[in-house]
Amino acid sequence: MSSVPRFWRSLGSRYNLEGTHCKECGEYFYPPRNVCVNCRRMGELESFKFKGTGEIVTYTLIHTAAEGFENQAPYTLAIIKLDEGPQLTSQVIGDSEKMHIGMRVKSVFRKLGEDGDRGMIYYGTKFIPADA
Amino acid sequence: MRDVAIIGVKNTKFGELWERSLRDIVVEAGIGAIEDTSVSGKDIDALYVGNMSGGRFIDQEHIGALIADYSGLSRNLHVPATRVEAACASGGLALRQAIMSVASGYSDIVVAAGAEKMTDVGSEEAASALAAAADREWEGMAGATFPGLYAMIAKLHMHKYGTTSEQLAEVAVKNHKNGYFNPIAQYKNKITVDDVLNSIMVADPLHIFDCSPITDGASALVLAPADVAHKYTDTPIYIKATAQASDTIALHDRRDITTLDATVVAAKRAYSMAKLKPEDIDLVEVHDCFTIAEICAIEDLGFAEKGKGGIVTENGETAIGGRIPVNTSGGLKACGHPVGATGIKQAVEIVTQLRGDAGKRQVAGAKYGMTHNVGGSGATAVIHIFSRER
Ligand SMILES: [Zn+2]
Repeated sequence: MSSVPRFWRSLGSRYNLEGTHCKECGEYFYPPRNVCVNCRRMGELESFKFKGTGEIVTYTLIHTAAEGFENQAPYTLAIIKLDEGPQLTSQVIGDSEKMHIGMRVKSVFRKLGEDGDRGMIYYGTKFIPADA
Repeated sequence: MRDVAIIGVKNTKFGELWERSLRDIVVEAGIGAIEDTSVSGKDIDALYVGNMSGGRFIDQEHIGALIADYSGLSRNLHVPATRVEAACASGGLALRQAIMSVASGYSDIVVAAGAEKMTDVGSEEAASALAAAADREWEGMAGATFPGLYAMIAKLHMHKYGTTSEQLAEVAVKNHKNGYFNPIAQYKNKITVDDVLNSIMVADPLHIFDCSPITDGASALVLAPADVAHKYTDTPIYIKATAQASDTIALHDRRDITTLDATVVAAKRAYSMAKLKPEDIDLVEVHDCFTIAEICAIEDLGFAEKGKGGIVTENGETAIGGRIPVNTSGGLKACGHPVGATGIKQAVEIVTQLRGDAGKRQVAGAKYGMTHNVGGSGATAVIHIFSRER
């Protein structure tokens, strides 16, 4: 991890699932973008708060953890498609045996990880099964 | 634009070279490639070096100048040296820059090298450096690792197409078998499907034997205008195409998680430039950083129908002697994956094959060969096509 500025800069997006919406073509972006990939200079982006519901596109159970995530292993990492369209990478909490492609999930606010050197704890969005 | 030929090649030994430094191995590769021709140092017009992360792995930046210096090309000759970075595609991209430099007429004799020294740091720090090739803010901070990203590709490929863990393992088994006959390969041990399936799980469904290792190594090529190539070697190998494409840095933003569109687009550009089709290619070195990556690559390059990469591998069509031999060098899996060197090493293997010098791993009568080098989870793809005849 070890990047406090990089993390705090995007707190609004991380805490509230805030992305952007292009008023020109209608596409939604999360993580937020400053330039629409379809319209580029002709696009008009406004901020947009996602509902936080979606489904698992694909996932994996990570046994060899990333730096800063050692005490969470094994953990489920997934690509989730939000109902408004965009996809993001996040952890899904819950019984890994029950995870499956197409599973409905909803966002929750949780500890993400910690920085070994500074002892910083990072919070943000994770997902849980929608029926939990 | 001028036609370009490769006139000299050299790989160092790939592996855990604890007793050697980055500058040692690059000099060995560079001098070796030059000695493979009748070129001398004063003929060299430019140097391009692929290196992913000298800053993280050996705490050294300014790699272009360092390598020119220790190759004896700086103090008296002042040869321009440029480092090229595109994560694990750095080597392929260094070759592409070198080709464009010769093709444009700006330079005549150019050295393209690639190198990485990865074992000077511990495996955790190496993994962290490699993770920087993905989107640190929106993948890394969620706990993504490189094996994790490719595991998600594998999981979806299995779900959509019925690809099995055994088929993934067959990629590793084949590449170890090929690596056994490659003198520079990091791993010389033959393995079985059971060995792969019984090795520890890194990110489900990928076991440790589905992953390429941490490797030290360097590779180099010497390029010349095709018109004068015969002055320096009896066996010039010609560049028929160089192509590159990009895609989103994060895997989650892709159109289809199981297709590397950068590969699809670069391949289309390369086939069109070479006026060749997938059926014309006799062998290919693909970017098998994980076993699933080779399955996706042969599909995306047009050597297998989408979704059939696993079956094609299981049937032996990608083995030496098969329909389209893939990774005769042993690939990244068995030969080793010194990230900045890989793209150059792939080209060294194809040149060696097209010259007919590959010994027990020789593909009989090979005329056209291809290399496919990927950065990150597919944000950069670089493809080259080589030919025995101009
Ligand atoms: Zn737009």
